[in-house]
Amino acid sequence: MTETTLNLLEPGSKAKVIQITGRGSARRRILDMGMVPGAEIEVIRKAPMGDPLEFLVKGYNLSLRKAEAELIVVQPLGA
Amino acid sequence: MEKKKITIALAGNPNVGKTTLFNAITGARQHVGNWPGVTVEKKTGKRTYKDTEIEVVDLPGTYSLTAYSIDEVVARDYVVEEKPDVVVQIVDATNLERNLYLTTQLMELGSRVVIALNMWDLAESRGDEIDTRKMEDFLEIPVVKTVANRAEGIDALLEEVVREADKGEHHEHEVSYGDDIEKKIIELEKIVGKDSALSGKYPVRWLSVKLLDGDENILEKIEGSSVATQVNSVLSTIKKEDYEAAMAEKRYETINTVLPQVCVKCIKGVTFSDMIDRAVTNKYLGIPIFLAMMWAAFEVTFTVATPLMEFVDMFFGWLAGVVAGSITNPVLGSLLGDGIVAGVGAVMIFLPNILLLFLMISLLEDSGYMARAAFVMDKLMYKIGLNGRSFIPLLMGFGCNVPAIMATRTIEDEKDRLVTILVNPFISCGARLPVYLMLAGAFFGRQAGSVIFGIYILGIIVAILSAKLIRGTVLKGKPSPFIMELPPYRLPTLKASAIHMWEKGSIYLKKAGTIILAGVVFVWLLSAIPAPGVDAAFASEEILGTEDSLIGVLGHIIEPLVAPLGFDWKVAVALVFGFIAKEIVIGSMGVLYGTGEDEDALAEILTAGAMNPLTALGLMVFTLLYVPCIACVGVVKKETGSWKWTLFMVAYGTTLAWIAAFLIYRIGTAIGWGL
Ligand SMILES: Nc1nc2c(ncn2[C@@H]2O[C@H](COP(=O)(O)OP(=O)(O)O)[C@@H](O)[C@H]2O)c(=O)[nH]1
Repeated sequence: MTETTLNLLEPGSKAKVIQITGRGSARRRILDMGMVPGAEIEVIRKAPMGDPLEFLVKGYNLSLRKAEAELIVVQPLGA
Repeated sequence: MEKKKITIALAGNPNVGKTTLFNAITGARQHVGNWPGVTVEKKTGKRTYKDTEIEVVDLPGTYSLTAYSIDEVVARDYVVEEKPDVVVQIVDATNLERNLYLTTQLMELGSRVVIALNMWDLAESRGDEIDTRKMEDFLEIPVVKTVANRAEGIDALLEEVVREADKGEHHEHEVSYGDDIEKKIIELEKIVGKDSALSGKYPVRWLSVKLLDGDENILEKIEGSSVATQVNSVLSTIKKEDYEAAMAEKRYETINTVLPQVCVKCIKGVTFSDMIDRAVTNKYLGIPIFLAMMWAAFEVTFTVATPLMEFVDMFFGWLAGVVAGSITNPVLGSLLGDGIVAGVGAVMIFLPNILLLFLMISLLEDSGYMARAAFVMDKLMYKIGLNGRSFIPLLMGFGCNVPAIMATRTIEDEKDRLVTILVNPFISCGARLPVYLMLAGAFFGRQAGSVIFGIYILGIIVAILSAKLIRGTVLKGKPSPFIMELPPYRLPTLKASAIHMWEKGSIYLKKAGTIILAGVVFVWLLSAIPAPGVDAAFASEEILGTEDSLIGVLGHIIEPLVAPLGFDWKVAVALVFGFIAKEIVIGSMGVLYGTGEDEDALAEILTAGAMNPLTALGLMVFTLLYVPCIACVGVVKKETGSWKWTLFMVAYGTTLAWIAAFLIYRIGTAIGWGL
């Protein structure tokens, strides 16, 4: 499958991080939280109002707004 | 024998049981204050273990040690600059991978680390098998299993800490970043090492790593140094973004080479929490559950507190009378009784609210629900320039802004927190309701309910617009990014909540209490000192709070300022009293119009011509928006740590109040509405 960004994946799908775009401290934080190139991610759910999103990464649950998830380029993994 | 003294710092990710462990080590011997220059809480405590006196410093909980948040800067500055003998990192045994990321950074800082492998019970019960021996070998760090909420493993931990502090030599171990990055690190080390001011203070390798990491805080430190140009020329040869990502990746890689051998069998993810989350963050149920939780927290905080507050009120009223009566000198008696004792009462009255609210918050926080609340509400709050965590403090403002403002501590980002504090007073608290009830009842008859509802809505609108305005001007910038862990649900302990409650209560008494007391005594003095030319004794019954006291003089001085709003000097005086507590506005109007406690009589005088529906509405709106009560001002000062912001809030609110009341009065008069 082709590369996409994390905000576009539906709950239940899994993906592998390719790179984090953007710059500055938000990007740093995303990296620190384990969203590093190569990491595997599962999209868990959307918040009731549709944003933010919840992910499983490095064995814990992390939530990001769509705006932040858009910075994360991923390769979807087959189910 | 002379006791040995050592200092240890507790570091760790949020939600790993750090506070619980801190409590277990130090017991009641704690001190809470702020880190110098910032409003991040600093807790220290003491513990004697065998013949060693251990000073324990609780660092803010952080995931990393970059310059992302003040918490992180505070934590790492302490470790680098104060050089504690040992840093104890509390690691959540059920999530080694992310927790060890912080370990890699502590190691880089060159500190002696001991790991407290906490939540051991949870890891064990779900069937994880962790080989702590191997973990020690790989990391070259002592590892001690603990279960903080049952105080298990504390002695073993302290034993290890004391032994580590005694060790003479210190073996530095570090992450290896691979050839390309290492080359740059060495290049930078050579340059940075030449500046003795820098290299004397910080580990040189760490500085170099942080420079490549694009750490703003360190870049600033370099800017002012002798090696700035050389460093910059090296940095200009690299692509910053690539290095940042590569270095974070390498750190995780280091962990991942160790983990499979340490974690003989480790389960990933949290199934039990996920079950709860399916309901709590469900598309349809999420918001109703959130509202139900908030309703419960609100009820406990404010309804349960009411009888307690009435009791405090009665007690101090009684005490004031006793004090005033038992001192023969009437002036002194009045000063002590009506001034000081009443002032202490004004401080104490908020204590039930504060204690209960923090009990609730602590339960929500420790159980893990608070993060879900932020998750559920974030979208809405984001729209007004804040983030999900701002919701609860704003909501609690409907009860009382004082504990609500103290509750902003849970907001991580400093700007978000400041905005939430500054707009909080516009959320109409319970103390303002008596003012609305009396005025709306007198002037709007059957419409009273809608008018009062309208006032509440106006408060919310003003808060939202002000948040947007402040965000767009004085505190420019987008809301902070929302990158938040949803920690596993855990059973909170009453002990931890009780300690938290007690801390908040005592901080309030110490820090805000003095400001409140001073304000109350000051206004009382104004109302007790006879006006020039008035022949009456200080604090005598007939002048207290009337035209014949200094406050009456002040009322006349203020009158021209509020005359354009249709207010006279009596209203001006009442508003000055309202600064003590908003509900006093009505009481002091009673004194000034000579109707005393009788609200019906007051309503009659007011409707008979002293005021009209427009000025009454204006006064209600003014009461909503103008300077919040003294207790609120006190906590704003305490929580922002700045008189500048406190004065900004006071001036901003009062200006808005003036404009709003002016428009109501002028426009209303022009179109002949309500007359
Ligand atoms: N089962 C278990 N729960 C713990 C342990 N340590 C702490 N807790 C609970 O975990 C929650 C978070 O703890 P807290 O000390 O507030 O974490 P902090 O955010 O790191 O300060 C609380 O509900 C504690 O009671 C432990 O070793 N085992």
